[in-house]
Amino acid sequence: MRYRLCGILAATLALSVAGAASAKTLVYCSEGSPEGFDPAPYTAGTTFDASSKPIYNRLVEFERGTTNVIPGLAESWTVSPDGKEYTFKLRPGVKFHKTGFFTPTRDFNADDVLFSFNRQLKKDDPWHEYTAGIAYEYFDGMSMPELIKDIVKVDDMTVKFVLTRPEAPMLADLAMDFASILSKEYADQLAAAGHKEKLNQEPVGTGPFQFVAYQKDAVIRYKANPDYWEGKQAIDNLVFAITTDAAVRQQKLLAGECQVMPYPNPADVPALEANANIQLMEQEGLNVGYLAYNTKMPPFDKVEVRKALNMAINKKAILDAVFQGAGRAAINPIPPTMWSYDKAIKDDPYDPAAAKKMLADAGVKDLKMKIWAMPVQRPYNPNARRMAELIQADFAKVGVEAEIVSYEWGEYLKLSKAEDRDGAVLLGWTGDNGDPDNFLAVLLGCDAVGGANRAQWCNKEFDDLIQKAKVTSDKAERTKLYEQAQVVFKREAPWATIAHSVVFMPMSKKVQGYKMDPLGSHRFDGVSLAD
Amino acid sequence: MSDSTTAAIERAARSATRQVLRDFWRDFRRNRGAVLGLAVFVALVAIALLAPLLAPQDPILQNRDALLMPPAWAEAGRLDYLLGTDAVGRDILSRLIFGARFSLFIGVVVVSIALTGGILIGLVAGYFGAWVDGVIMRVMDVILAFPSLLLALVLVAILGPGLLNAMIAIAIVLQPHFVRLTRASVMSEKHRDYVVSARTVGAGPLRLMFLTILPNCLAPLIVQATLSFSNAILDAAALGFLGMGAQPPTPEWGTMLAEAREFILRAWWVVTFPGIAILVSVLAINLVGDGLRDALDPKLKRS
Amino acid sequence: MFGFLLRRVAFLAPTFVGITVVAFGFIRILPGDPVLLMAGERGLTPERHAELLHQLGFDRPIWQQYLTYLGNLLQGDLGTSIITKNPVLGEFLTLFPATVELSLCAIFLAVALGVPAGVIAAVRRGSLLEQAMMGTALVGYSMPIFWWGLLLIILFSGILHWTPVSGRISLIYFFEPVTGFMLIDALLSGQEGAFGSALSHLILPSIVLATIPLAVIARQTRSAMLEVLGEDYIRTARAKGLSPLRVIGLHALRNALIPVITTIGLQVGVLLAGAILTETIFSWPGVGKWMVDSIFRRDYPAVQGGLLLIAGVVMVVNLVVDLLYGLINPRIRHQ
Repeated sequence: MRYRLCGILAATLALSVAGAASAKTLVYCSEGSPEGFDPAPYTAGTTFDASSKPIYNRLVEFERGTTNVIPGLAESWTVSPDGKEYTFKLRPGVKFHKTGFFTPTRDFNADDVLFSFNRQLKKDDPWHEYTAGIAYEYFDGMSMPELIKDIVKVDDMTVKFVLTRPEAPMLADLAMDFASILSKEYADQLAAAGHKEKLNQEPVGTGPFQFVAYQKDAVIRYKANPDYWEGKQAIDNLVFAITTDAAVRQQKLLAGECQVMPYPNPADVPALEANANIQLMEQEGLNVGYLAYNTKMPPFDKVEVRKALNMAINKKAILDAVFQGAGRAAINPIPPTMWSYDKAIKDDPYDPAAAKKMLADAGVKDLKMKIWAMPVQRPYNPNARRMAELIQADFAKVGVEAEIVSYEWGEYLKLSKAEDRDGAVLLGWTGDNGDPDNFLAVLLGCDAVGGANRAQWCNKEFDDLIQKAKVTSDKAERTKLYEQAQVVFKREAPWATIAHSVVFMPMSKKVQGYKMDPLGSHRFDGVSLAD
Repeated sequence: MSDSTTAAIERAARSATRQVLRDFWRDFRRNRGAVLGLAVFVALVAIALLAPLLAPQDPILQNRDALLMPPAWAEAGRLDYLLGTDAVGRDILSRLIFGARFSLFIGVVVVSIALTGGILIGLVAGYFGAWVDGVIMRVMDVILAFPSLLLALVLVAILGPGLLNAMIAIAIVLQPHFVRLTRASVMSEKHRDYVVSARTVGAGPLRLMFLTILPNCLAPLIVQATLSFSNAILDAAALGFLGMGAQPPTPEWGTMLAEAREFILRAWWVVTFPGIAILVSVLAINLVGDGLRDALDPKLKRS
Repeated sequence: MFGFLLRRVAFLAPTFVGITVVAFGFIRILPGDPVLLMAGERGLTPERHAELLHQLGFDRPIWQQYLTYLGNLLQGDLGTSIITKNPVLGEFLTLFPATVELSLCAIFLAVALGVPAGVIAAVRRGSLLEQAMMGTALVGYSMPIFWWGLLLIILFSGILHWTPVSGRISLIYFFEPVTGFMLIDALLSGQEGAFGSALSHLILPSIVLATIPLAVIARQTRSAMLEVLGEDYIRTARAKGLSPLRVIGLHALRNALIPVITTIGLQVGVLLAGAILTETIFSWPGVGKWMVDSIFRRDYPAVQGGLLLIAGVVMVVNLVVDLLYGLINPRIRHQ
């Protein structure tokens, strides 16, 4: 005990935190190393957990624990009647982090906003490629370059985004990680010193925590931002202990070496639940795992065949064996935590006998097909190979002979897009911004055929509905349109919707105020630690 | 005339071979560990051959009412699953029994490839010498400069994960040892009297290499082959463990361990048994290897 | 001696060129498009794809890429990681001390236990003790260490709580790395308990990594000792009435150690291969784990640079062992 106390003292001295004796340190056993500390060039949640969430703010933020968009660095905003102009009033008096490598001389203003977006938007911006090979995948992936016509500095505290077309999900997009606001003053200082690459290594933001040190693949250290605009956090130090193996993470949590861990092995969840020192939170992830038929290839162009195969799949067995209980059967293509989810829709029943009959009625016999199994683990599908084996066994029961194929991940993603692809493909999607458009249009829209629409499914009725919802700004009206779209989807069955993951967060009982993020990130603002 | 001379030499060599074999077995039998190892190995071969008869269940059949069932002697265990079941309800004992096939198969294939390739290349290098030797040995040096598992890992990454590719990669990594051994023996043998006399009576280079020199370099090669056999099993298991070897649902032991890793805290049996299987078979083969070396190496026999 | 050194180094040059070809060639023929991997499920437009390929230089002819690679190599530039956008050499160097520290501890453990065990086994030839020791050594030699590591974690960290689970030091200690070796940095930091913490984190990984070298060294020492003990001069020394301890310690061991040193040197490759598995199991932030991660992430430049650097390290260590051997055994020098 004495050693530990001395250690804490020493650590806090080294961190030069005031009030050393009572300094509170929260250790989070994170699941991997961040790729860098500038969120914009990356797409991985692990990177965002370590960069945009603790260090940065955005103009608008997702409210903790929901997908609601609330004011962040923008105090308020207005949207023009044609839906093409978004004007943001910036929050005054927001300070950037004062660290060992940077001391801000001015508060946050419109220049920082312009810097943060223009470097991603404009190819001739001096910061567009500030280190070799940097690219803004998320910004591009969300179609921002086509969508944003211009960003105008109206005055020091007002910024206007001009769009090329009305886009209802725009506000949610601006709450995403790539839209984090960086300090232009810091960037200028780095450019002058000839060390632009440090923007990605020694980050400066306005967020609740500020960066202290990173030991590659081992530890990231933060301390509370003393001047945070919402007030200083209850915990003084935040530490990410990078621990890639889930079993090892759990050991560390149980040993008290960390207080929070993400992604436990589903198999261990019951034991964690039973542990008196651990509180276990759970929530459905914002994702869906599916089996996409190729609706352009016979016999899968027939609705009855797709329906029959859907009825042959025993989802319960998949939830048990693949998700170890950490999953919910998926009925619709969007997860139940998302607004506009249609609860009225019923799933296709598991009924091999009826399925067999339907296949026979459709004139299909001795069907041979391929099932594509992803080579990687994903939240929406922790073990695609195992899932494919189970489906293979299910299909065998209705007289369909399935062969499991797999490719290296990059190839898999590429080959599965082909419109003449042979076989049904296991894949999934994790939502970006909590907007239904982000699932329905991206994965099932007619534009996406030959791309992310792995079912190659273009249905006029469905597509009209989602296109209309995209340009409607009234949420109630959009909800109605999306509900109708889900009915069409279920009727036409381009996918077998398999499952949504259930995300578990085990943590020490001392951790208070943690809220699970439906978008799947891990945030430690607003969290405190009991003695 | 020259033909009958060579024939006589070979006849003498054959009778000598029989004597050597008798001596060898006598020496080998004295080593209790080696005999034990051999017994275990023979048992393994038997298990592998008779797997379909011995295994109580189909190794890839999923019993969905018996997921992660503990071994029979544990509280919740059932007698039909002697060593318990894995995450999708497959019988672990049956998987281990069928796994023996894969491990032995891996050993045999890897050693065959490495041995054949190694001997051919080594004979060429040793027999021809000069620049041929120089080039071949430099290439071997390059292969040996990489840690074997790392090289195998990268090779499998290139070829694509899978049992066959893992075997090829391991064979490539192990093969320089055979080249070096063969080459060294050939170099020391090639100026011996019997080789020189065989050459003077007109034996061609192929005959010289394979029938005259090679039999006299066999002892170290046999020992190396045994060691490579166990190494191949270990490396294949390691690759399987890293997800680069045999792919599920193949009941390969290393792959079973990789699949079991997420259950180490909850279901010890899915982790423990495949590891023991690997350890026991590798140990048995190494025991045999030790016995072979002691029996074949006259220097050690003396002391 | 200097001539010997020069000859050895000259000898290595073609091997090194071979290594660069292998490191380069391997990565070029790795299937899988790194750009597609970066994009993931979201995908990207063909134009953007081509643009990125161009940016990363993957669209030029192979030989051009190789020449650029060699040229950069000579300037100490091993490329930039696709994932982190940091120089590969820098990434390697920040992680390498962790691997070296672990390997040194393992080799120390292996020698400190293996040599005495081998000597005792040789001296007590035929005894139960010898059989037990050599039996254990063979078990160690046959151990699938990835499984062994898991077992040790379950037992010592999971059930007994004697050792920490993973990492290099308890997170309550924080200091800037000076040498990169956690044990030394912990001492330098002057923080009480830091050294102990670093040491306790090293124990299990060291044991796992030391297992195979320990077995090899014990077996090698035993057979070398047996050979030496049978030599005439030892018999003479014994006949002269020198105490057994003196005979064994002074005469026999010194001669037996020559092959043992070579064996120890050869274990470096084994250690680095073992580090891949050990670091993966214990989340040890070293180059072995980094290589595995890089292979899985298709981080071409990192795998390429890592292969080259690791092979380079093995070569240099082998060279040093060669030289040491030449020092101890002058006959080699003039061959």
